[in-house]
Amino acid sequence: MGVDIKSIPYDDFKDNETLEELRKSGAPVWLSTLDSIVNWGRSNSVWPLTFATSCCGIEMMAAGAPRHDFARFGIEVYRASPRQADVIVVAGTIVRKMVPVLKRLYDQMADPKYVIAMGACAVSGGPFYYNSYSVVRGVDQVIPVDVYIPGCPPRPEALLYGVMQLQRKIQMKTLTGQNDVEPTPSLDPSTEDKSRFIMPEGAPEQTTEECKPSN
Amino acid sequence: MQTEQLTTFVQSLVPRALPGVSKQYPEFIILADKIHEVAKTLRENPETNMDYLFCLTAVDRNDGFHMVYHLTSSTFHHTLVLRVILPDKVNPVIITVSDIWRAAEYFEREVFDLFGIRFENHPDMRRLFLEDDWVGYPLRKDYKDSFTLER
Repeated sequence: MGVDIKSIPYDDFKDNETLEELRKSGAPVWLSTLDSIVNWGRSNSVWPLTFATSCCGIEMMAAGAPRHDFARFGIEVYRASPRQADVIVVAGTIVRKMVPVLKRLYDQMADPKYVIAMGACAVSGGPFYYNSYSVVRGVDQVIPVDVYIPGCPPRPEALLYGVMQLQRKIQMKTLTGQNDVEPTPSLDPSTEDKSRFIMPEGAPEQTTEECKPSN
Repeated sequence: MQTEQLTTFVQSLVPRALPGVSKQYPEFIILADKIHEVAKTLRENPETNMDYLFCLTAVDRNDGFHMVYHLTSSTFHHTLVLRVILPDKVNPVIITVSDIWRAAEYFEREVFDLFGIRFENHPDMRRLFLEDDWVGYPLRKDYKDSFTLER
C-alpha cells in the first residue's frame, strides 16, 4: 500500500526567478552565516495556526495526518493560540462577518509571521466571487499573503508544495532585510475601486496600516 | 398514518387546501390565517402527532413569499409539507409557530434575517446571522447592495 507522491522536478520547483535572483545579490560574510542559521531554524519549524473555515480545512488535516504527514517538512504542530503560531493557513471561505476575527488573529501572531491563502475561496473568493452578499473576494483584501495555493480544495500535495515555497521564501530573508520579498500587500482602499471592498455602506473607514507586515 | 389517510385528514381539517407541487411528500397550500390552527391540530392530534418540525423556510416567488413547513412524526414517521403564500412582497407578516415547536424560534429568526418576513407573537424577533445594523434582506430577489458583484 502507499500513495505515489510524484516528486516535483527540481527545475520546476526552482522555477521562480525572483527568489533565485536575490541570492546573487550577496551579503556580508558573517551576517550571511548568521542568516543561514536563523533561516534554517525558522524555515524548518513553521508552526501553523489551527484555523480552517471549510472544506480546505479537511485537506489541511489530511496533509497533517500520517499519509501525507507534512511534519516531514518542518511545518510541524498545529497551535491553538495565534501567539505561538508562525503561519496562518487561511483554509476556506472568509465571510464579511469573519473578517474582524481573522484580522485580530493575524495581529495577535508574533513576528515573523506568514500567511498562506489555501484554496479558491481564500485566493479570490472562488465560486462565491459573483452574486454573494457575504463572501470576501480573496483574503488578501484583509491580510497580506505570502503564498497562494489554488484548488478547490487543493490536494494535500499542493499544500505541501505551497509550504515548501514558503520555506524557500523564509530562507531568502536576511537580518538586514535587503533580500526581503514583500508579501502581496493588502489593497489600498483609497486607490482601489471601493465596491470591491468588504465594508458595507456607512461602516467606519478601516485602515490597512495595522495589518501591514512589520518585518 | 399512510399518505392517503394523512391527505384525507388535512383535507377534512382545511377543506379548501390546494395540493402542492412536492413529489416527495404530501403537500398542501393553505391560507395564512389558518396555519397556526392547522399546525396546532397536527401537533396535538394523537393520530398525526407531528412533533418534529424539521424544516421551516421561505421561497421568494413571483406571486409572493412562500413559507414552507416540513413536519414529521417521530412515532409514526409520516411527513407532511404545508405551504403558505404571502402575497405582500414588501412587508410580509405571518403568525409564528414557535409556540407549537420550539425549533421554529431559530428557523423564523433565520427567515426574518434573510427574507424579512416578520412573525407575529415571536418571543425574540431579531436577526440571527447578520449584524443587527444590516440594511435589507439578502435572499430577496430584489436585494441590492454596494458589495455584491452581479453576473
